[in-house]
Amino acid sequence: MRVVSVDKVRETVRDLYKEACVIANPELVQAFENARATEPSPVGKEILTMLIENVELAKRENLPMCQDTGIAIVFLEIGEEVRFDRPGLVDGVHAGVREAWKEAYLRASIVKDPLRRGNTGDNTPAMVHVDFVPGDKVKIRVGAKGTGAENMSKMKILSPSAGVEGVKQFLLETVKAAGPNACPPLVLGVGIGGNFEEVTLLAKRALYRDLGKPHPDAYYADLEKEWLDAVNRLGVGPQGLGGRATALALHIETKPCHIGALPVAVNIDCHAHRHKEAIL
Amino acid sequence: MTGDIRLTPPLSEGDVTKLGVGDRVRLSGTMYGARDSAHKKMVELLDQGRPLPVDLRGQVIFYVGPTPAPPGRVIGSAGPTTSLRMDAYAPRMYEYGVRATVGKGNRGQPVIDALVRHKAVYLIAIGGLGATLAQRIKSAKVVAYPELGTEALWEFRVEDFPAIVANDARGRDIFKEGQDTWARKLAAVA
Repeated sequence: MRVVSVDKVRETVRDLYKEACVIANPELVQAFENARATEPSPVGKEILTMLIENVELAKRENLPMCQDTGIAIVFLEIGEEVRFDRPGLVDGVHAGVREAWKEAYLRASIVKDPLRRGNTGDNTPAMVHVDFVPGDKVKIRVGAKGTGAENMSKMKILSPSAGVEGVKQFLLETVKAAGPNACPPLVLGVGIGGNFEEVTLLAKRALYRDLGKPHPDAYYADLEKEWLDAVNRLGVGPQGLGGRATALALHIETKPCHIGALPVAVNIDCHAHRHKEAIL
Repeated sequence: MTGDIRLTPPLSEGDVTKLGVGDRVRLSGTMYGARDSAHKKMVELLDQGRPLPVDLRGQVIFYVGPTPAPPGRVIGSAGPTTSLRMDAYAPRMYEYGVRATVGKGNRGQPVIDALVRHKAVYLIAIGGLGATLAQRIKSAKVVAYPELGTEALWEFRVEDFPAIVANDARGRDIFKEGQDTWARKLAAVA
């Protein structure tokens, strides 16, 4: 067994968030540039230029690129040959979030009760997802997700008869309904299969795949291309003012499902697509 | 910036009825910041016939919850939040006398109708430009509801804060017009 320190996990979560909220991943900046090159709407082009300038300014001035520094989503992939040096792994993740939000002046955006509200003041708790995988490493993937886009995400359990066309229609309806509110150009995570709770998690995992990296299965890689093209003909465009760049990327993740069901979930992220990862 | 319409709140009916969908504006002077929780509290006061913490008649409300100011700065990151969530409160605020709101995303028909009825406008700032827009804010203070944290009622002094008219006082909607136009154009492209 390999021993991993819980404090190392805490520090890693902290450092990943401090960076994620301020410094855009190079592939996101590249996606903005690609979208600008093919955007026929002059206003859309102008907005894409502003997005590029904004992430450059955020990095230079050490400011969050967007004021909604989001809900903290942490995926831990724990190798089965790993042992932690002390109890309190999940508390360590929350502590890392707390430290990042304080040290980097990020926005506390979490309320302690959904109906009675009341800001927790430090953006905890994070949403933590744990998977056990073969090996002796710990992979930590973090996402900071603004709620404007999360609010427009949807799931539905279709009938198997709806098939691939039914899933595509649900995707297009969801993106059209999200319109300008999810801060396009979007990143789209599409989960297909599993069941009620798994399909939404699939969509979120799809969202945080390396931007634009195609699905390893050619069937789904082709669907990703076809559906992204269909999304980019809806006319929503940058900020919903009309144009081509409604989405920058679309990723699909799937799982086996019941003979009587076709679950689908579309998790939408805004253009401030913030995620980082590290391996311990 | 050349050609942009300059606005200095408080705004009169005449200041906003001359604005049309798609006009670029630059706001300078005082602008108030409020989002979900501060709106809920203010509309409760209005419903009870009580005064608001500050007089917002003729003023501009920016739908924002900024990040905390790092040392040496007046504010952190400060872009618009989704306006649709404030649709529950906006008609009441426009009826009271708020002349313009600034947010991102579209508005529902009750808000569009309220703009026509009360001679007011809805402006958009570009969503996600938190770092950029913060540069246009020269001072910031909480004027009410400090217990709400970022959701407090803020008073900002802004200089040349850029916005676009999304819904004017004549009932037009920039989103509907833009998306319909581009959906048609893109459908025609192979």
